[in-house]
Amino acid sequence: MSANQNVNQETLIEVKDLRKVFGKNEVLTGITTEIKRGEVVVIIGPSGSGKSTFLRSLNLLEPPTEGTILFEGVNITNPKADIDLHRQKMGMVFQHFNLFPHKTITENITLAPVVLKKMTKEEADKKAKELLDRVGLPDKADTYPEQLSGGQKQRIAIIRSLAMDPDVMLFDEPTSALDPEMVGEVLELMKQLAKDGMTMVVVTHEMGFAKEVATRVVFMDEGQIKEEGTPEEFFGGPKDERLKEFLSKIL
Amino acid sequence: MTDFSAKFYANFIKDDRWLGLVTGLKVTIIVTLEALLLGVVIGFFVAIIRSYHDKTGKFKILNAVSRVYLTVIRGTPTMIQILIMYLVIFGSSSMDSIIIGGIAFGINSGAYVAEIIRSGIMSIPEGQTEAGRSLGLSYSQTMWLIIVPQAFKNVLPALVNEMIVLIKETAIIGYIGEQDLTKAAMIIQSRTFDAFMPLLAAALIYLALVMLLTFFMNKLERRLRSNER
Repeated sequence: MSANQNVNQETLIEVKDLRKVFGKNEVLTGITTEIKRGEVVVIIGPSGSGKSTFLRSLNLLEPPTEGTILFEGVNITNPKADIDLHRQKMGMVFQHFNLFPHKTITENITLAPVVLKKMTKEEADKKAKELLDRVGLPDKADTYPEQLSGGQKQRIAIIRSLAMDPDVMLFDEPTSALDPEMVGEVLELMKQLAKDGMTMVVVTHEMGFAKEVATRVVFMDEGQIKEEGTPEEFFGGPKDERLKEFLSKIL
Repeated sequence: MTDFSAKFYANFIKDDRWLGLVTGLKVTIIVTLEALLLGVVIGFFVAIIRSYHDKTGKFKILNAVSRVYLTVIRGTPTMIQILIMYLVIFGSSSMDSIIIGGIAFGINSGAYVAEIIRSGIMSIPEGQTEAGRSLGLSYSQTMWLIIVPQAFKNVLPALVNEMIVLIKETAIIGYIGEQDLTKAAMIIQSRTFDAFMPLLAAALIYLALVMLLTFFMNKLERRLRSNER
């Protein structure tokens, strides 16, 4: 409930009739939705439903075939838009962490802010230290990703994104590659972020997280949004047949 | 034994013949370094063009040119390439054959280096590029800071192999009138009518050169890998 208080009426991302075609396969068949500042949107759905593709098209890692995406009022699907600039404001966390193995943990965190001149080296180092303290991994500052557990890697990947001070964080199945005992620590950090008012879009299979943290749950199937609502509505009385079937399988 | 020292004397000491081997070694090293430098520059650019094309579909013409280059260079003998370079392309120019040789070997080596570096770039998981781009880094920043350093580490052994091949391959530069290590040995042989001593000496010097290179490259490799423990 607490997270709901953070939602305000300002639209952060506006998606209009988004379509994505891979060869002959239409993965997204027309998605229109809005994400407001402070919202925590959890996207669920069966595999192949297009939920990851949808998430990845929000920062154009998957360039949409058709449709528009407005981010902070700017049409980022316009080829003239400087997508690199907008991506600085859209953090992304991946299923497989994608830390840079040839860089230390601190370097992983400070690389982008320093290269993109958001901070000086000193400021970035200080920020990295704060973030590492926040996730309880200050002793890992000078180690390399290889030496970390999966849960630690994902927490570092999250704060690496946070170091850019993004306006929204996109999570692509952030706990799916983790050993079960490490899922909790990552979800805990995500909960904290939500509490602090971060706008989040999360593709996940963690229904507990959806129930507890989401301000809105979205069910995707066959490349479309089939149903959405608050966790209470969504889990309390699902209407869509496919959603009922899906929920009965995973709950 | 006296036979050996007599031969040694005749082949290396008399008339300061060993000096020919030293000058030859210098030529071999210079040509190798020229070719190495040129080869790495060409190879790197061709690899980037090809990878960028594979990923985005852009750079169509440059990619086509690169493919023709790779096919022709890898499909014809180095010897022919050297001779064409010397007799046809630079046939009427007065450029030093040590430069012409360097260019020819460099263009040759570039083709192999290009494919080595491209395989290195391809060996880095797509997620690395995505992580870099999602943080707001441009394609070239991601390439330089994230992909290439990792790729380079992965292909270092293959690159060292190519360098070793290159050092030894420069032995054919004698065909365009340059007196490298091999040619120097042959010159001694033509004076003393003894093939064994000068060729053995040349072989040992090549071997020492390659071993030295391997030693330093192994050191570099260990240093680059040190962050993985």
